[in-house]
Amino acid sequence: MNLPTLQPIEAAVTLSVIWIGLGVSGLAFMRAPRFITGIVFPAGALVSLALAATGLWAIGAPPSVAILPAGLPDLPFHVRVDELSGFFLLLLGGVSFGISLFASGYFRDTEGAALGLLSLQYHVFLASMAFVLIADDAYLFMITWESMALSSYFLVTTEHHSEQNRKAGFIYLLVAHIGAISILLCFGVLHGGHGDYTFDALRAADLSSFWATAAFLLAFFGFGAKAGMLPLHVWLPEAHPAAPSPVSALMSGVMLKTAIYGMVRVIYDLIGGIRWEWGLTVLLFGAATSLFGVLFALMQHDLKRLLAYHSVENIGIILIGIGLSMVFIGSGHPVAGALGLVAGLYHTLNHAVFKGLLFLGAGAILKSTGLRNLNEMGGLIRYLPQTALYFLIGALAISALPPLNGFVSEWLTFQASLQAPLLASSVVRSLVPIVAAVLALSGALTGMCFVKVYGIAFLGQHRHEFATKPREASGWERAGMLWLTIACFALGLFPVFMIGEINKICLALVGTGLSDEAMASGWLWLAPTASAQASYSPVVFLLVIAAVFGLTFLVVRLVYHGRLRRADPWDCGFPAQTARMQDTADAFGQPIRQIFAPVYRIHREIPRADDPRPVFRQEIEDRHWYAMYLPIARFTEFLSGHIGRLQQGRISVYLLYSFLTLIALLVFAQ
Amino acid sequence: MNIASGIIFQVLQSVLVVLIAPLMLGWVNQCRAWLQNKSGAGIWQPYRVLNKLFHKDAVLAHNASPLFRATPYILFGCMWLAVGIVPVLATSLPFAPAADVIALVGLFALARVFVSLAGMDVGTSFGTLGARREMMIGFLAEPAMLMTLFTASLISHSTSLPTIVDTLGHRELVIYPSMAFAAVAFLMVLLAENARIPIDNPSTHLELTMIHEAMILEYSARHLALIEWASSLKLTAYITIGFAIFVPWGIAQAGDWAGLLVAFAALVAKLAVAGAGLALLETLSAKMRIFRAPEFLGTAFMLATLGMLIHFLLEQ
Repeated sequence: MNLPTLQPIEAAVTLSVIWIGLGVSGLAFMRAPRFITGIVFPAGALVSLALAATGLWAIGAPPSVAILPAGLPDLPFHVRVDELSGFFLLLLGGVSFGISLFASGYFRDTEGAALGLLSLQYHVFLASMAFVLIADDAYLFMITWESMALSSYFLVTTEHHSEQNRKAGFIYLLVAHIGAISILLCFGVLHGGHGDYTFDALRAADLSSFWATAAFLLAFFGFGAKAGMLPLHVWLPEAHPAAPSPVSALMSGVMLKTAIYGMVRVIYDLIGGIRWEWGLTVLLFGAATSLFGVLFALMQHDLKRLLAYHSVENIGIILIGIGLSMVFIGSGHPVAGALGLVAGLYHTLNHAVFKGLLFLGAGAILKSTGLRNLNEMGGLIRYLPQTALYFLIGALAISALPPLNGFVSEWLTFQASLQAPLLASSVVRSLVPIVAAVLALSGALTGMCFVKVYGIAFLGQHRHEFATKPREASGWERAGMLWLTIACFALGLFPVFMIGEINKICLALVGTGLSDEAMASGWLWLAPTASAQASYSPVVFLLVIAAVFGLTFLVVRLVYHGRLRRADPWDCGFPAQTARMQDTADAFGQPIRQIFAPVYRIHREIPRADDPRPVFRQEIEDRHWYAMYLPIARFTEFLSGHIGRLQQGRISVYLLYSFLTLIALLVFAQ
Repeated sequence: MNIASGIIFQVLQSVLVVLIAPLMLGWVNQCRAWLQNKSGAGIWQPYRVLNKLFHKDAVLAHNASPLFRATPYILFGCMWLAVGIVPVLATSLPFAPAADVIALVGLFALARVFVSLAGMDVGTSFGTLGARREMMIGFLAEPAMLMTLFTASLISHSTSLPTIVDTLGHRELVIYPSMAFAAVAFLMVLLAENARIPIDNPSTHLELTMIHEAMILEYSARHLALIEWASSLKLTAYITIGFAIFVPWGIAQAGDWAGLLVAFAALVAKLAVAGAGLALLETLSAKMRIFRAPEFLGTAFMLATLGMLIHFLLEQ
């Protein structure tokens, strides 16, 4: 293979196969844990980096296709890398690089066979995600989609001794399959009974508006189940805490994004002819998902569960961006539509980066202190100063604070929503800014939630007496977090570069990109429509704050002095301060619980005044379980109870069934 | 406009506003004293307080982290940036495109998050109480603020403040009903965000009712001085944002020296009226219970949204 003829697709396939090879070698050398953590995982990280480079290359290159010599006879696997696949390969590679580095340190304590299996599942999981992104026929897509679901199922149930983890894995597998069936049906509708299942054939299919809408709904809910969209989000807060932390980071950071990829691929590329009603559906589901996600996140005290609910919220924000884009494209405003798509895709990348970082931080805390419950943490900044710094950056990024990356994509989403006056229908036109208000609310609530997380976990007095002093994360782990922290800054400070790349996706999918004026403002100024309408420069932002910080620091010392004394906390002269007087995570969420009480299903046990051993208990549950899932479960049980009567266990009865079936066929199928 | 005069204008405006912000606070306090039949400490009192605080030795709790020490400077930097961006005296400043109204709201959120984190840093009961309440007020006020700003943005087809000022300042005097709603909502947000009555009492001595003050209880000396100064800057920034959107007349173009004098006179006049108005409002109303705050800010949000809907229904 000589370089000039190398295509992005060949590189992507080769790298994915190397991942599988690494996984298998981990299994083969399962007796050598040093080899797995010292060589297999770091090598996997290098493959990630190469894949990210391939993705970046593919965004700029023309689409490249290949046919793999695998699969069934007469049904080979088609693969293709275009701008959209390239962008998601970049996301997969870039984020998994940091996560694999972290994993190299994190899994050092895991022993024996478990580590070999883990290495196999982990790398097969990565490779299946890569193949999902490059699949160019429905057949390969579904196979890799399933292998992605299965490998991650086994990763979720790594610690299968706990019943709770097994249950979490089951719920995950169930929802994943409901989604997969829906996606399969969507491909069936697009196929329409003729041609083959390559994406080219599906793209060419000419659908009536009824069937196109059916295909849209199937794809939306099928991929929505994987993404964690309301009301199919229930698996997320169960599965993410159960999985080992790097796997949670991978699932939340990357796997959810393959669902976004699938949604964009099928709706924009395969179905095409987007209608604004579809966009409105996506928009409203997105808004509901984002608000719901953050409201439940505020009620959690398990750090990883809390982060999982924030993934739900961020998927909602991504859907708001994509929904806006669809509304504008459907009403004939492709430039505004491109802006919405850029916002959605940029938030996809940003969320992958900062959520990966936060899950790794949670993993570092878990490994060094053994704690996942916020109410037992406190003061960790003194034990884990570097992890604390990385986590702070992640927390600021997810709270959509300038000058970090989360803010850029939310800002773009706001800008897209302010294009509302273009729309003709006055109902939709007024609805769009209200969705923007919901976005503002959930952004502000996220800020509150991460003040809670950071303040309670890292700041304050420690609430837990440690037998041994917690140790800072190892070098590998810190390297992984540092990589993602740098990415948070890079994507936040220099958004113009990546937006230029995403713009190429818009050109390919929508046919129009952002306006020329928008791309002409230079790397310092981000101006998505025109610089007189809106502009933002994170670099100036950061420089001014840093300059004032430094100058003030110097001037105060020069003009006055820098004398400092340490003393006990004052606290208005209150003498006996204990760690238990600080807010717990649940106390911090109390105003939200009171203001948004109808959203939650709260179960409270308040002790009587004369109770000698008073216990206060409070449980907060998701209404969806009671309103949707349990009725369905009961109905299924009822139905299968009745169908179960057919099963008599006697051969004569079964022969009778066969006989009756034959008669029926003879009568009806002539 | 050449770059040099643009930068001179930029620096001049920031420094000027940073210097007069405590005066603004002094004026409000003096007016309030007069309204309550007291003689008051004079409008220069905030400067004396700042000077006193800068002279003192800083006392830090044993377990205070570096974040606690860095926060006052970050806060001051954020507010300095804010008054650099808002067209207080002149539009088309070189740094103004660095942030539009949405980024400005983000900037205030950044400051709020840091000061709340600092409140939780030492781990005292009042600190966390203050942080929790501050974030509650914050998440209620932020959407209302954005909706208000969106109304102005939709009218002027821009989220950048200089463009809003240019559009609204040079139009014929048309009354926009939507802007009336937005103005009321903005005023309510301003009161809440700057810890004024009826949401919070800046001069309270009762710990249990504190919001902002409870968070910064552990601060002393220069750190406290910077926080107090940043608070007065924030108040000035909010008031000048209000001027830019609702009474944008008199703001100069960068490089226009004669216009600058007019702009300065207009600013002083507007600030004097606004300060007196704020003092009157604070004297006439009483502080609310903390759990009435969601209702108050919910009303602000509804008014802002209503303003925007009115714009869509009547003004297009």
